[in-house]
Amino acid sequence: MAHHEAPGGAPVVVDVAHLRKSYPVQGAAPRTAVADVSFQVRRGEIFGILGPNGAGKTTTVECLAGLRPADGGTVRVLGHDPQADPGSIREHVGVQLQEAALHDNITVAEALDVFASFYADPADPAELLDLLDLTAHRTQRFRKLSGGQKQRLSIALALVGKPQVAILDELTTGLDPSARRATWDLIERVRASGVTILLVTHFMDEAERLCDRLVVIDGGIVVAEGTPAELTDGLGGGRAVRLRFAGDDARRVAFRLLTELAERDDDVAGVTLAPAAAGGVAGAHGGEIEVTGTRKVLFAVVRELAAADVVPDDVRTVQRSLEDVFVQVTGRRYRADETEDQEVAA
Amino acid sequence: MSAVGTLLRVETRVWLRDPAGVFFALVFPALILVALGLLIPSFGEPIDDPALPWDSAPAVTAWVPTVLGLAVATISLTTMPVQFATFREKGVLRRLATTPMPPRRLIGVHLVINVVALVVAGAAAVVGAVTILGVPFAVDPATVLLCFVLATTAMFSLGLLVAAWAERATAASGLGMLLYFPSLLFSGVWVPLPVMPDWMQEVSKYTPVGAAAQGMLAGWFGDAFPLTQVLVMAAWTAVLFPLGVRLFRWT
Repeated sequence: MAHHEAPGGAPVVVDVAHLRKSYPVQGAAPRTAVADVSFQVRRGEIFGILGPNGAGKTTTVECLAGLRPADGGTVRVLGHDPQADPGSIREHVGVQLQEAALHDNITVAEALDVFASFYADPADPAELLDLLDLTAHRTQRFRKLSGGQKQRLSIALALVGKPQVAILDELTTGLDPSARRATWDLIERVRASGVTILLVTHFMDEAERLCDRLVVIDGGIVVAEGTPAELTDGLGGGRAVRLRFAGDDARRVAFRLLTELAERDDDVAGVTLAPAAAGGVAGAHGGEIEVTGTRKVLFAVVRELAAADVVPDDVRTVQRSLEDVFVQVTGRRYRADETEDQEVAA
Repeated sequence: MSAVGTLLRVETRVWLRDPAGVFFALVFPALILVALGLLIPSFGEPIDDPALPWDSAPAVTAWVPTVLGLAVATISLTTMPVQFATFREKGVLRRLATTPMPPRRLIGVHLVINVVALVVAGAAAVVGAVTILGVPFAVDPATVLLCFVLATTAMFSLGLLVAAWAERATAASGLGMLLYFPSLLFSGVWVPLPVMPDWMQEVSKYTPVGAAAQGMLAGWFGDAFPLTQVLVMAAWTAVLFPLGVRLFRWT
């Protein structure tokens, strides 16, 4: 895959090219976790690696952090080769791993002090505690912390070495909605302080909200790459309009008109009856009509309905999400994992 | 303060926060020695042997080397392997691998902490025996010390191997116990060394803790230098330590 040159002239700090990694399976062919992954991260970006569980995200970051030997491809982080010399990037790359990893009995302040001592030029632990809203819990033992507090401590430990690049793996998994939003705000503040962030996530909304650019990984390969806006804009014919009507009669008429329109107008691709959107008055108006088509679909719909004087109560253009991108590039629905419920709740 | 110094300071504090671990590692050997020395009447009776260097010594004197062996076995087979397996299971070692601090330093720091704990536990047992039970001090302290050091290297190597082998902390605990109780048996915790049948003494001589107890007993009473026992412990160390280091898994 050819590298896309990222917009803006910021230097590339992470460069992954054709990364490949498989794991041996006893009595079977090796399982390929990463088949061919390439991307570049520029200084100051929040770069996302998005994909369902098992897509190869964690293996990718483990290889680029020099924690796991790759089978093929090249990796450069801040000009070093972490595959050949893992020690070369330790001082400048902070890593937050998926699982919290501290003694039950260590306190927040102790953990931060110990980790700070590992680095030549560490951040001030007190300031970091403040930034992560942990000052009140500094004498608390690790096992007594809530999930969100553990996660914030884990982020603090990844930042205490004043890294140039921070790798954050699934940092909001298991957090409640308010803790997730607080963590997102925090990540933006960290980026504002000049740290390049590599965010690994299986949450579509998280990637959409935080990332400047991202790659979507599925089955060990990059299936999409770009800014969230580029990806959603790039959907072929990817516009949709939803119409709500006051009564069933009006809706029936509109549905017939629009179905006929779809047959003669190239800008209109399809017309479907959709259940009423969440937040609408359930049951009162049956459902909505969704019309998909090109960027001009809205004009075509409005023109047609205006000519027949069929007036909808409400017209909305449907926001395309990364989820739609995933469906388009993989041909299947995106299933994050068991924590999906939480995502919906958020 | 250097990174290793900070690590040592904080890890020691954290180590001391586990009450059960602290009790068994530090207090248990001295407590069992003094308590049984006081409670079992025959332990208090003088040994009737004109060859002894002392005018009289309570019978519990012969049990002191056994308790020192127990102190070594307790830390190396119950405390240490579980700690190391827990570090691995909880991802502490993996977390450290992402920092400039190599995970092997954490293992090194904990070996230091456990050695210090062992010295404290051994010293407490000896001081308790001498001051409370009236046990005369060793005739040949250098030999006792040598055997104590070799017992430590042999048994810590075994503990490292247990930690290397065990997938999880619970497995480390189970395997540690499986080795711990025979070790105690052969070191004379249940059947004191002087009354052990010959065949058992012979087997005991070739186990690390048994050799340690026999060697320290010889040193305590000023018998001939326990060459076989010293060589046995050195051999166990030479075999187990490289094996433990080689097989140790970090993730």
